Amino acid sequence: MSSNENFTPNEYVPEYLQNLERERHAAAVSLSRRNFIKITGLAGGGLVLAMSLGTASKKALAQTAANTFNANPYVQIKTDGSIVLFAKNPEVGQGVKTSLPMIVCEELDADWSKVTVEQSIIDQALYGAQVAGGSTSTPTNWDLLRKAGATARAMLVSAAAKTWSVPEAEVTTAAGIAYHRASNRQASYGALAATAATLPVPDANSVTLKKRSDYKLLGTRVTGVDNPKIVTGQPLFGIDQKLPGMFYASYTKAPAIGARAVSANLDEIKKMPGVKDAFIVGHQGDPIAFGPNAAATLSGVAILANSTWSAFQAKKKLEVKWDESQASSDSWTANVADAKKLAQNPAGAQQLGAGGDVEAAFKDGKTVEAMYTYHYVSHADLEPQNCTAWFKGDSIEIWAPTQTPQAAVDAVAKLLGLPKEKVTLHQLRGGGGFGRRLANDSVCEVAAVSKQAGGVPVKVQWMREDDMHFDYYRPGGFHSMKAAVDKSGKLSAFQDHFITFTRDGKATAASANLAPTEFPASVVPNNRMLQSMITSQIPTGPWRAPGSNTIAFAIQSFLAECAAAAGRDYRDFLLEVMGEPRMAIANNPRSLNTGRAADVIKLVTEKAGWGKPMEKGRGLGLAFHFSHAGHFAEVADVSVQGKKIKVHKIWVAADIGPVVNMSGAENQCQGSVVDGLSTAMGLKVTFEKGRAEQSNFDKYPLIRIDKAPEVEVHFLQSDNPPTGCGEPAFPPAAPAIANAIFAASGQRIRTLPFSAEGYTI
Amino acid sequence: MVRLNVNGQTHEVGDDVDPQTPLLWVLRDTLGLVGTKYGCGVGQCSACTVHMNGIPIQSCQLTLESVKDQKITTIEGLAGPNGKLTPVQQAWIEEDVPQCGYCQAGQIMRATALLARTPKPTDAQIDTDMAANICRCGTYTRIRKAIHNASGKIAKAGGAS
Repeated sequence: MSSNENFTPNEYVPEYLQNLERERHAAAVSLSRRNFIKITGLAGGGLVLAMSLGTASKKALAQTAANTFNANPYVQIKTDGSIVLFAKNPEVGQGVKTSLPMIVCEELDADWSKVTVEQSIIDQALYGAQVAGGSTSTPTNWDLLRKAGATARAMLVSAAAKTWSVPEAEVTTAAGIAYHRASNRQASYGALAATAATLPVPDANSVTLKKRSDYKLLGTRVTGVDNPKIVTGQPLFGIDQKLPGMFYASYTKAPAIGARAVSANLDEIKKMPGVKDAFIVGHQGDPIAFGPNAAATLSGVAILANSTWSAFQAKKKLEVKWDESQASSDSWTANVADAKKLAQNPAGAQQLGAGGDVEAAFKDGKTVEAMYTYHYVSHADLEPQNCTAWFKGDSIEIWAPTQTPQAAVDAVAKLLGLPKEKVTLHQLRGGGGFGRRLANDSVCEVAAVSKQAGGVPVKVQWMREDDMHFDYYRPGGFHSMKAAVDKSGKLSAFQDHFITFTRDGKATAASANLAPTEFPASVVPNNRMLQSMITSQIPTGPWRAPGSNTIAFAIQSFLAECAAAAGRDYRDFLLEVMGEPRMAIANNPRSLNTGRAADVIKLVTEKAGWGKPMEKGRGLGLAFHFSHAGHFAEVADVSVQGKKIKVHKIWVAADIGPVVNMSGAENQCQGSVVDGLSTAMGLKVTFEKGRAEQSNFDKYPLIRIDKAPEVEVHFLQSDNPPTGCGEPAFPPAAPAIANAIFAASGQRIRTLPFSAEGYTI
Repeated sequence: MVRLNVNGQTHEVGDDVDPQTPLLWVLRDTLGLVGTKYGCGVGQCSACTVHMNGIPIQSCQLTLESVKDQKITTIEGLAGPNGKLTPVQQAWIEEDVPQCGYCQAGQIMRATALLARTPKPTDAQIDTDMAANICRCGTYTRIRKAIHNASGKIAKAGGAS
């Protein structure tokens, strides 16, 4: 049995994704006990296999079945030799449209240069959960996709054996061709497809999977399957969707988050050039609460026009009366003042977890105290939110660049009161995800607009300003920490008083929680995790590496402060905190492994030349963080002049198990580190009177190429099960840079972004 | 009616399109050339970069009227008539630059213009020019690499891109 047997959710994965993971875990466990093919929706063998694949009707498939071998929902081989591999999960830049089919291709033993990859249909019965979130695509599909490739291959081997009347054991395969070496015969998969399609499907557990040392494709550098379309500008993204007779729409929400439209100058708007219709859309459900399957719309004004520009122009002339009685009135300035007060009163905080005797250790050792602050940030996907829909009376068709297509179907079905099977969703590529497209607010919005407009095809396109003014933001928050180092300079106690946000006064806001087992509480015997909450109506949600994206900055910076207080090198201090190689949380395969942590810390410091002499005003900083089951250590090389910094280079050492696509994984790490620098350096959204104060990139300075350092990535390719790579390289970047700034200048930064303390790059 | 020259073809844009419409939306909504992307609408991100007479411009900042009779080239017009990719497009695929890919049309247009003017750019020259374009995914390391790659291809072919 795989190590997934004892599934424990990662506390930082949003609840919705935790539930999905639980379901997939249950499916994976039963998969190993039952027939793989049955689970993926295919019963029996032979031509029956054809029935569940692709978008074609059963009839059409029956007609093509004679020349098509649909081995399972992931593999289609035609007698003309063409091979199609289906990519099941949404692509938003994390690379799964390439890497997941690579896993199938490896076990199928096909020639990657000759296969075609297509986005699969959205169908829970065929594919199980289809989602892009939590860096889960690789770990949750690894076994499934290997078996999908291997069972298809096994059927082709059987077909060859049958054709040649030889034992299956004597048939070998390579690059899409089956061989019988003894008789010097060979046949392409295409030539075997018709026969294979008549054979029974083997038990997925009976097929032999390749050893890692036999991989030909996995671990190599493979360019993205959509790159040819991207470099020639072919339609691909949500925003590129066009339908005959389609209207282009804008949607205007209130500046104060959560306010509802009462009335507007609609008659005047309808007379504007190109405008076809304008109306108020009512408030439904709870659009402030993050939830992929939330059937909700935030009240606003829809304007339908003959072009995007006309819809945007008319939007500028809108005069809306808003009911702000239920709107946010939150103020970041007030939040900061409240947090400072709360930090003075740890005794009044809720205790999340504790171990040993923190107070005694504080008395015996040298204590260090510091408070860290981080602002809200927006996702700022470069493709502003958009979605296209066509309500047709008793059904609806949707074209969406969503990260959670199945949840989007649920949400729209509920919103419009339609049965789920009457909601068809076409998955489109997303121009960035970062967690923003886990929410389907834009999908619900366009569904409501298409229906209210009388059932017309319509694309709702948000302006950049709309995108920044309404988001499920990465929450802001505060860590007031206290620790002790004993006489030998070892970390003896750790306490974090986490000050965060709540909507209802009971639970933390979405993605605004802290796990009681967060490092180093998980490994320091005397520990205490406390929590206080500030009420806020600002919508929050998962943002690349939720929780970790700020926790790592606070904790890795603070631990470096502790090392400095003890007069010790941070690398040595951190390795000592890790201690003996072990699972930090027993019986949890997704727990921090201190041995793997130590290995990446050692590797990255070796690559960066840790300890080498540095010129004045220049320093190296180290940080480690474990998230999404990935172990990541990073070192930054930074120069500091006053409050002006220059980041020369960042090294990454990662253990995510075996790497599927070396190019993709490296790209994710490089991008995450640049994102980490960008966000740490200058990104924040502040709120006053419930309104976001930043509107566009002039006030939200995403980093540009001239400030982006070289990023060198090293993978420790262990035999552990592979884990995801879209997020875990992000968290250590900010603290590595902050620790380097300290090494270079003696200045300790305790705020995200650094620009809030006056730093520039 | 406004006459537009895009990718070597003449288009007559009708009176139903406001002459003050930014070129970006004429390309996308009227001509159906959706490779050019909308990112900010205020000339900050350059996802909408196209060429006007070979010069990279932000198509969200120039009106239809202001570009009439100018020679406009978009991402769709880079490859040869037989679909042969330019050195920059090839390099972008070889180096596997894109992550989400949304900004890359703008990046490729600006890189193409840079290499036409400076066939062998230094990292500093690349940074100065390409700083106009935002990549939210942070593919900057690879953009530099791909531009050097394309520069090598151009030198080998013995001519400009």
